[in-house]
Amino acid sequence: MTPADTLRFATRAATGYPLRTALMVLAMSIGVAAVVVLTALGDGARRYVVNEFSALGSNLVIVLPGRTATGGLGLGNLITSTPRDLTVRDAEALLRAPLVNRMAPLSVGNSEIAWGGRLREAMVVGTSGDYVDIRAFHMAEGSFLPREDLGRASAVAVLGTKVREELFGGEPAIGRMVRVGDRRLRVIGVLGKTGQGLGMNTDELVFVPVATAQAMFNTNNLFRIIVEARSREAIGPAKQQLEHIMRLRREGELDVTLITQDAVLGTFDRILGALTMAVAGIAAISLAVAGILVMNVMLVAVTQRTAEIGLLKALGATGHNIRLAFLTEAALLSLAGAITGFALGHLGAWGLRIAFPVLPAWPPDWAVFAGIGTALATGILFGVMPARRAARLDPVQALSRR
Amino acid sequence: MAQIELSGIERVFKLGDSEVHALHELSVSIERGEYVAVMGPSGSGKSTLLNLLGLLDRPNAGTYRLEGRDVTTLSPDEQAEVRRTRIGFVFQSFHLVPRLTAAENIALPLMLAGIAPAERHARVAQALKDFGLETRASHRPDELSGGQRQRVAIARATIMRPAVILADEPTGNLDRSTGQDVTHLLEELNASGVTLIVVTHDPVMGGRARRRLMMEDGRLLQDVREPTPA
Ligand SMILES: Nc1ncnc2c1ncn2[C@@H]1O[C@H](COP(=O)(O)OP(=O)(O)OP(=O)(O)O)[C@@H](O)[C@H]1O
Ligand SMILES: [Mg+2]
Repeated sequence: MTPADTLRFATRAATGYPLRTALMVLAMSIGVAAVVVLTALGDGARRYVVNEFSALGSNLVIVLPGRTATGGLGLGNLITSTPRDLTVRDAEALLRAPLVNRMAPLSVGNSEIAWGGRLREAMVVGTSGDYVDIRAFHMAEGSFLPREDLGRASAVAVLGTKVREELFGGEPAIGRMVRVGDRRLRVIGVLGKTGQGLGMNTDELVFVPVATAQAMFNTNNLFRIIVEARSREAIGPAKQQLEHIMRLRREGELDVTLITQDAVLGTFDRILGALTMAVAGIAAISLAVAGILVMNVMLVAVTQRTAEIGLLKALGATGHNIRLAFLTEAALLSLAGAITGFALGHLGAWGLRIAFPVLPAWPPDWAVFAGIGTALATGILFGVMPARRAARLDPVQALSRR
Repeated sequence: MAQIELSGIERVFKLGDSEVHALHELSVSIERGEYVAVMGPSGSGKSTLLNLLGLLDRPNAGTYRLEGRDVTTLSPDEQAEVRRTRIGFVFQSFHLVPRLTAAENIALPLMLAGIAPAERHARVAQALKDFGLETRASHRPDELSGGQRQRVAIARATIMRPAVILADEPTGNLDRSTGQDVTHLLEELNASGVTLIVVTHDPVMGGRARRRLMMEDGRLLQDVREPTPA
């Protein structure tokens, strides 16, 4: 029997029982589709977070108040207790570290911004003039905050594009006086369109000098200090210098956390990578279940076609011929299931991308290969036993079964 | 040298503690081109004998020489090859593959033998013509009458041009006149030189054979050479 004939014979056998074949293809395809969709979701989430952090800029060390025991980014330091405030004086002191290039303090609060009878809620970020360079933003109009003493509460503001649009529409914004909270500030610049970053859409922010923000929100402490190291290689040593400075300012006690972008990224990458793997594993179990289904369906097929197997033997088929025919049939069913599942999975991932446009829900290549590979492997593996049983049937007994 | 030589064949089935001697001390030889009817009461071992001749079964003792070769000692794959090339089976219940067309059923032995599709088509077309099945080529078994089904089965049994045709009650599921057609068909094949061995309960059909093996309790009771008018 030639391979082409074996393939044709198996195909005819598979299509000869459409309901059975359809059910099996369905079971197999659900497994593969689950792998594709779930990994698309997991990997999409991972890529989303990585992109968010990458948008932050490079060579950054972020200083936040509070200390976590591990030092890395555990869940704990996302919500840290604040033993001692982080102040503008701390921020200024950090600039003394030789490997530090630039620094920007961050003070954040919610307020409202109004102009010409128009009013909207806005998040106000108090920072310094270097922030625009650290984040590599560009200006659409005017200039960013002035580089001046951090203690000066200048009455100026820089708007995100969206804020500018909603407030001024087509009218010029530069030089206008807007009301932010209880203060009147002059608009000196508008940021270019930037998009997402760390969950805050920069286009919807209002930037003011840090002292202005602290006066507005009546506080002395900072939300974060963003420090830029001189180079990528300098991040590690710079972090040590910063820790040393902070320790000196805190009587030897380090009560701030320094996180580097690499560490944050690495942690999220690991967490979400592991999540994706776990999810893929769960989906793979459904594939194994589908494999067992293949085995049972093939065993039923062998029983149903006992007389046919006897006949083939009477016509001179060898055990090898019959084993191969049934194995090919199992492989074909798995293949059809895998292809259908692949298509369904991509459809599902496409649906996810439509439903959540920010999520790059593309299934990773490894998952697609693993899904289809597992489907084929389980199908063939679980097809071996029924095929061998078929090949071993006694022809006389098989023929007498009707 | 006879085409088929059985000597001292024993076939014992064990059912729990008891043993059934389906064939016992059976020795017989059949020449090339003979027309043999195997007859006897139910359970006398006719089918067992036929399965043995067709290498679907092995004897517990004794030797079976087919065309001078001891075939009982062959490996399963070698036996499969002998079945494929030297033997054609015709069954009472036709045994057609239900999902395949008449033409595809006839082509099965050619496919198993690995014969190229072009030659296969030619030979199947010829067979369909020979057996008057041209218009039924693409019909499936459930769209054929009993007589047509058996004709497809006979076409399939002869497509490899075997030396021996083994038929186990080929007319058992057919009415009288279709049964006669099938009998004639088999006899024509025999006339062309193929050895024909038929198991039958029908004394008319048995009477047409030039040689009758009368079986009882797994033994050969009578070996009648001359045709007796029914
Ligand atoms: N697989 C088997 N297991 C046990 N006993 C069997 C088996 N096959 C046949 N026999 C027994 O062997 C004997 C011969 O059976 P066989 O089928 O050859 O009879 P037969 O002459 O063909 O009968 P019938 O005319 O009814 O077809 C019977 O007693 C039967 O019960
Ligand atoms: Mg019988």
